[in-house]
Parts: sequence; C-alpha cells; structure tokens
Amino acid sequence: MLSRTADNLFWIARYIERAETAARLLEVGARMALIPSAAGYRNEWDSLLSASGTADGFARKYGDPVQRNLESWLFFDRDNPSSVASCITAARENGRIVRTALTTQAWDALNTAFQELRTLERQPRSALELSRLTEWTMRHAALVRGTIDATLLRNDGWDFLNLGFYLERADNTARLMDVKYYVLLPKVEFVGSGLDNFQWTTLLRAMSAHRAFHWAYGGEVTAGKIAHFLILNTQCPRSLITCAEGMMTHLERLARGYHRRTAAQEAARNLLSKLAELRVEDIFDEGLHEFLTRFIREVGELGAVVHDSYLHGDVR
Amino acid sequence: MLLKVDHVTRYAYDQPVRGVVQSHRLTPAVCEGQRVLSWTVTVSDGQMGGGFRDGAGDWVQAWTVLGPVSDITVRVEGVVETADTAGVLRGHRETIPPAVYLRDTPATEADVALAQLCAGVDVATDALAAAHELSRRISEAIAYRPGVTHAHTTAAEALALGEGVCQDHAHAMIGAARHLGLPARYVSGYLHASADGVPHEAAHAWAEVFLPALGWVGFDPSNRCCPNDGYVRLGSGLDARDAAPIRGIARGPGQERLDVTVAVQMQQ
Amino acid sequence: MTACFNEMFEGGSVRPPYARLQDWMAAMPAELRQMKQAEAESLFRRIGITFAVYGEGGDPDRLIPFDMFPRVFSAGEWARLERGIKQRARALNAFLVDVYGRGEILRAGRIPSRLVYQNEAYEQAVAGFVPPRGVYSHIVGIDLVRTGPEDFFVLEDNCRTPSGVSYMLENREIMMRMFPDLFRENRIEPVDSYPEKLRRTLASVAPAKCDREPTVVILTPGHFNSAYYEHSFLADLMGVELVEGQDLFVEGEFVFMRTTEGPKRVDVIYRRIDDAFIDPLCFRPDSMLGVPGLMDVYRSGGVSICSAPGAGVADDKAVYTFVPEMIRFYLGEEPILQNVPTWQCGKAEDLKYVLSHLPELVVKEVHGSGGYGMLVGPKSTVDQVETFRAKILANPSNYIAQPTLALSTTPTFVAEGVAPRHVDLRPYCLVGERIELVPGGLTRVALTEGSLVVNSSQGGGVKDTWVLAE
Repeated sequence: MLSRTADNLFWIARYIERAETAARLLEVGARMALIPSAAGYRNEWDSLLSASGTADGFARKYGDPVQRNLESWLFFDRDNPSSVASCITAARENGRIVRTALTTQAWDALNTAFQELRTLERQPRSALELSRLTEWTMRHAALVRGTIDATLLRNDGWDFLNLGFYLERADNTARLMDVKYYVLLPKVEFVGSGLDNFQWTTLLRAMSAHRAFHWAYGGEVTAGKIAHFLILNTQCPRSLITCAEGMMTHLERLARGYHRRTAAQEAARNLLSKLAELRVEDIFDEGLHEFLTRFIREVGELGAVVHDSYLHGDVR
Repeated sequence: MLLKVDHVTRYAYDQPVRGVVQSHRLTPAVCEGQRVLSWTVTVSDGQMGGGFRDGAGDWVQAWTVLGPVSDITVRVEGVVETADTAGVLRGHRETIPPAVYLRDTPATEADVALAQLCAGVDVATDALAAAHELSRRISEAIAYRPGVTHAHTTAAEALALGEGVCQDHAHAMIGAARHLGLPARYVSGYLHASADGVPHEAAHAWAEVFLPALGWVGFDPSNRCCPNDGYVRLGSGLDARDAAPIRGIARGPGQERLDVTVAVQMQQ
Repeated sequence: MTACFNEMFEGGSVRPPYARLQDWMAAMPAELRQMKQAEAESLFRRIGITFAVYGEGGDPDRLIPFDMFPRVFSAGEWARLERGIKQRARALNAFLVDVYGRGEILRAGRIPSRLVYQNEAYEQAVAGFVPPRGVYSHIVGIDLVRTGPEDFFVLEDNCRTPSGVSYMLENREIMMRMFPDLFRENRIEPVDSYPEKLRRTLASVAPAKCDREPTVVILTPGHFNSAYYEHSFLADLMGVELVEGQDLFVEGEFVFMRTTEGPKRVDVIYRRIDDAFIDPLCFRPDSMLGVPGLMDVYRSGGVSICSAPGAGVADDKAVYTFVPEMIRFYLGEEPILQNVPTWQCGKAEDLKYVLSHLPELVVKEVHGSGGYGMLVGPKSTVDQVETFRAKILANPSNYIAQPTLALSTTPTFVAEGVAPRHVDLRPYCLVGERIELVPGGLTRVALTEGSLVVNSSQGGGVKDTWVLAE
C-alpha cells in the first residue's frame, strides 16, 4: 500500500488512543481532586499536565491550573494538540484522506465521533458533566476500535492501524503511571499509606482496570502489584508488555506478508524481550520514574524505526 | 569550423539530497550549418531516463539521480562541425507552428519603453531589415555588462537598467519582435569567442525571429550579428526558462551551490 | 421566460416518461417527504459526500442539496442524446490530435489559428505528440440544456477533468435505498457500471512501454480539494490507488509510487489536477502538487496521463463556437446537438451587439467556470449590468455572450410541495479503446424559483437522472 496511506492509518489509531488518554487523564485528575489537599501536594493537576506533555502550552494560555480550565484544555482546546477535540478531529481527517482504506463502518464510527463532537462543542459548558465527556470519549474510541476489529480486511492496513494503537497505548500507559510519580514525589513517606492506595486505585479506575486488578491479584492494593499489573502482566490489555507483544505480532505479520524483514522487527523484539525478563523488583530498583522515562524513549525510538521502515516513502 | 565543446556543471549541496531529476536540452540541433562529430553527456551517479524530440525539434533527455547524494556533475563533451548560414535556420524539423511564438511570457513582455524602442520600425516592407534594426537598437539600449542582471530579470527591467547580458538582449529582442507581430523565440547554445579581445560567455543565448520569406533567422544583439560558424545551437523556447539547457529539481532541504565552466575551442 | 418547457407536464397532460411518477408524487404527504428528505441528507452526510467551496467560509462540510424528484428521459430521447454526445467527443479528440500535429483545420481556415496557437491552454510542450490511441480527452463532460421536446443545446464542453460523476452514482444509490418500489415500477437503466468502464477506458490507453496489465492511479491535489471525495470515491470503486504528487516519483524512464514495500511502477495516471501543476520542471516551477520529470516520462512513452496535458484547448469557450465546424471537418457529419449561438466580445461587431443587448444576454468569462464571473442579464439589476459593462469594455476578448435560454424545468420538491425548477444535464462520455456513455448523468437544478444558475457553488442542487429502458 502507499506509504502515505499506511502513515495515515497508523495515525488514525494513534490519535484515537491519544484522545482516550486525554479523557482518562481528566478522570484521574478529577478523582484525585476529590481528596483533601491539606497534605501539601495540591498540584495534582500539574502532574497531569506534565504527564500529558502539554504543561507549557497550558501555562501560556491559562496560567494557574484550575479544574475548569483543565477540562477545557484537555477536552475542547484546539490549541492543545493532544486534547480530545484535536485528536478526534485529526483522526477523522486522517480517515477522510484514506477513506478508501477503511470500511463504511469504520469510517462511520470516525465520522460520527467527529459530528457529535461538533454538537458537544456547541453546547454550553455548564451543561456538560466531566464524567459525561470522559464516557463519551471512551465510548467512541471503543466504537472505532471495534469497527476496525470487526470489519476490516486483515491486510497490511489493519496491521498499521494496530501498530498505531499498541505503540500509542504503550506510551500512554507509561505516561499515566508516571502521573503517580509526580503526585507522590514530594512526600516519600506517603508510600504505602491509605492515601497512596487511594491514588493507585484511582489510577486503576482511570484505566478501567481496577476490577480486573482485583480479580487477578486480590487482597490489598500495593505499588508492587500495580506495577506488575500495568507493566508485566500479559493479561492486562493496557500493560506495557501486552502492547509490546501486540507491536511484535503486527510487525511479524507485515514481515511475512511483504516477504521482507526490516529494522522494525528487530527493535520490537528487543523491547519485548527486555520486558519479558524483567521482575517488579528490578523496576523499583531502577526507580519507577526512571524506568518509565526510559521506556517512553524506547517506544519513541521504535516509532521512528517503524516510520523509516514503512511509512516515509523512500522504502527500497 | 570544428568546435570542441567542454561544458561542466557541478551542483554541490550543503546536505545530502534524497534525489535529483533533470531534463536536458544539451544536444546540438539537427540543422544545416552544424554536424555533430562526437557528443556525450554524462551525469555522475545518474540513470538515463526517457528521451524524445519535442515539438520545437530539440532533443530532450531526462536523467535521474538516486540519493542520498551531495554533489552532481553534468559533463558535456563533443565536437561539432559548423558552417555559416548567415543566421538562417534550415533543415530543422519541428511541429510547433511559428504563430505559437507570438505568445508573450513575463520575461519577454514588452512594456511601454520597449514598445517605444520599436517605434518607426517597418515590418511590412522589409521584415529582415526591420529585425536587423531591432537588434541594433537593443544592443545600443542595453550595454553588455555581466553581473547587473540575474536569471529572473525581465526584458523590461533590463531595458530600464540599460545594462545586461545575452539573456537580457535575447529577451528584449523577442519582446520587441513579438510586439511588431513577428514570432520570436529564445535560443540557447554555445559560442566560440573570437579573438577580438572582447570577453564573452561560451555558454550563450540569442533570439530567433520568424521572417515570412526566410523562416527562422537568428539575431544576436550581444554581438551585433547573426549567428555564424562560431555558434552551436542547442534548443529553443518561449523564453530563457523555457529553453533552459538544464532544468532540474533536487528533493531535500539542502542548499544548492552551482558551478559552471564552459570552454569552446577551435580545433584544427 | 414565460413559456419554458416543462419536462413532466405538457399542455395539461403528463409526458409519458413521467407517467408513473405522478401517482408517486401524489401519494407523498408532506410529513413523509420531510422524513425522506432528512433521511437522504443523513445518508449523504454519513458517507461523507460533501462539497467545500473555497473562500466562501461557513461550513466546510456543506452538502449539495439533493432533490428526490428524479429527472427522466425516455429511451428514444436518450438514444439521440447519446449519438450527439459521442459525435461531439470524437470530434473534440480529433481536433486535439490535429492542433498538436499538422493543424489541418487551421490551415483549411475553418478555425482561426490565433484562437488556438495563442490560447493559454495550448501546451506547446506536447506539440508533435500523439497520446495512446490518439485520445487527449478520456472523460468528456458535456453540459446540456433543453428548451423543448426535441431541442437540446450544448452549453459547454469539459475536456479536462469534469467533476460530479460521484453525484450521479451516489444519487442513484440513495434513491434506490429510499424508494425501492420506484425502481420496481419503472424500468430504469443502471449507471453503476461507470467505474468499471472508466477503469477499462484508462487501462486501454496504457503507454507504449507498458508490457503488462497496466497499473492505474488517480492523482489528486489532496484532501483539501473540494472534489476530494469524488477522487477517493472513484479510486475505491475502480480499485486503484489514490495518490498525491508526493507519492509519485520519476526514476529512469518510468514513474513509481512510494509504497510500504518499495517503489511500484505506475502506467496510467488519471489526474485531477490542472496542467500547470503536474510537473514543476515543465510548467509552474512553484508547484508542490505535481511530480518533477513527469512530462519527460510521458513524452517518451513511459506513462499515460488522462486527460492528456493540453486537452484544455478544446473546451475553451472561444473554441466552443467552432465545435460544429470540427464535426463537419473531421467526421463529415452534421452536428446532432446544437450549439448555443455565441457572440465573441473580442470581435468588434459582436461586441457592439452584446453591449446594446446586455439585459437580455448571459455573459461569461472565456476561462471562467463554476458560475463565477458571469452576468445573467434578465436576472440582474441595472447597476449589475452597468458594472459588468465596464468589465467587458476593459477586456472584451475575455468575454462571450449567449442569449438567455428558456431552460426546461422538472418538478422539484420545494417548501410548498412540488414546483417546476430549471435544470441542466452533464453526461460523462468515456473515450479510450471504445467510446462509451452510461445511460444517465448529473442533473443540476436551480433551487431558487426562476433562477437559471444551477452551479452548486451558487445554490444549485442535484437530482437522480433516469433513462428508461425500451
């Protein structure tokens, strides 16, 4: 397929996943804001902005983080390239460009999300509950993903879409976990406290994973269990290792279909095998933040290799 | 006369480019007064593309270079036997009718000043004499001086400046002739600099004007003459851009530096 | 404008092609009609067929209004139209091959050579080149209007890249979905073979150097273009890649597209971008839309370009006047379809007539399109006429004038029910190994009462166009 088409498909998936992350971030923030802020770490919202990588843009436009502004910034604001609105619009535009590589159903899901977004934008903000916005986003992300999964030919286009989903999700899970680091950093003594657990649970909730977590681990919520769940557990759909496996699977399919291996397969295999050998203790030894920072960089590098191997147009 | 041409164009890029595409009019025209004894064009790392004779009768040859590449050398070498036809183009096969060359382009369009320069020139009685007169007036109005004009200078601008090079002379000649209703075109080629001590570019350009009785006739206001056996005709077009011996585009952000050397020598 | 031809009702009775539509119309209460109309609109919006107009602002995803009342031709009416359209398409192509070759028609003095050789659309870069099968214009869109039962006039020819065929196909699709009964009761010729015929036409003009099943692509200026939907729609239905200039490159003697598996050779390019932009080496050096070196590959037989560069010289409004001459000259036949009488403002005596009859005439720019820059005399105020008079005087040869034709009307759904509205017709004729015409076309309708401007950019709508089987 055209390199540019593959690139557009890849980015449809990334933008959908990113829109969902923006909504999840909003949810994490809103829940964290519900707990008393007397403990001396009132800037939960700062941590969210840092995790989304858009803190500078926000500060320039709004100054101090206030929940109302954050909602605008993370959901509606077109100046924020990672806002839900920006991502849905970009995903739909990418879809429009490669309309013919999508099924009617997949296009319909993308286009409906966009049309509904425009309706939402016309409503007064006061009429929009935060929970409604986040649920709306997740519902549409699920619809897009579902139609792609249920209706698309299992050809190379499908592989590029899935590569986009997994790559972006790996990055986003790592970023969401990193929020935790920012929140807790100033007060190491909170580790293991009730408050800490509340925040970890919130994180799980934001990933729609807290029930799954309890089924898998039971008992008390600990940092170790959660890190294991979100990084190393192959049953967790958002865990880093699940994402790495997904990327590997789809890169292998491409290599088979094209009868040609590239540096991308190699890079994905490296990422996966490193994760597979890891124990939770190793992660905490390195430092969760340090580990996540490194992982985010490695995923970025894998994205660049995928781009060079398939998407940039000078493939030989 | 036997003329030996050695024409080297070197493109250097400050960072490697992803690829280069060129279109050449670098083959001597097939016409009376010039016969090719040997002729080669090479492009470093180049792949020869399609070639064809276009509607103006010129041989066009495409080339591509696959990057990354930081410099490209286009080398033209050959020997041509020439004879003086007093500027008249004969035995040259082309499909484009002369009427097409009445079309103006921004580079050649006559402004008020250029139109005034044509005042009193009578095409109807003696078109040949009229064209000679135009050529004479232009060489007087625009003094030969390198460095004051550039590749995108128009005929009108050069006339206002009162100075220019062969490209400006040719553009002004074309604009004036078309203004008087005579089809005219731009010709690029080589010139063997005579030993009169006047410095001339060996890569040269002049104009051709279509005269009802004679057909296409060359006029070179820069040298106040019609092309003779010191000239090698390559290709023609509506203006300099249209007749360029080399057109090319490099893909990539690199800045291009161009270095051209042309030598035309008489061989015994 | 009193006595214009109504295609459905004539002298109090219903014309036969529309016979079965009368009951359908009568049986449609206002609520049902509104419901169906809303359904159609939502179908159009969901498939994404929208029309963006540059510089108009407003909704970039605006829909062209769709009128559910079909426009109908009998088999006999269509048979005559078909002969006339194919005749015209043959003559236009013969003209193009001629003027880029020996120019016999000009030498014979049948068309002034100035009109051709000094025309902006004449590309000297392709002079002397004969494209595969001698076809320059592979898709000829001919705009027709009707003034009576037997009277069809050609308004203009579109030899480059006529747009709108996606509406022909989608309008039919939507009508079949919403009113299946209508299609059971009437025997309507299908139009859905168009994409396959287009693909065959394009493949049939593969270049000399192509020695295998040709790879066809559609070249689009990109997703910001107002016709992008149509480009992707056709690519999809033909099963060919939709490429932008940046997806193609020239290497050696051929053109390739950039794919995830490496370069893939391209043999036929159905381009939907203008000549000036297709190759910055040959035409506009600032073009970012084209493919550097494409013209050299084309001229040396490595790729085919449809429509062929230079085809525009045949659909110029000044050349239009001479199409009947072309038909006589090249085919030795009499034109089946008439031209609208046209005055060339560049000619002194024509200009004089035009200036003294402006309030009765339609005046158009020679190179204009889309209903912009035109004057509809009878529908204009004195001020508008005078403003236009000044424009004509400033550059007379840029304008042509035609009488205001009493365009036919067909019944159209309007707020108050059903009312006659003026229509035109654009059928799409394919020219390759064979000349083909699918039975149908795009009917455009001027939705404003009394309006004669059917352009979608000026408030026009579209209708499904039926050709009844024998």
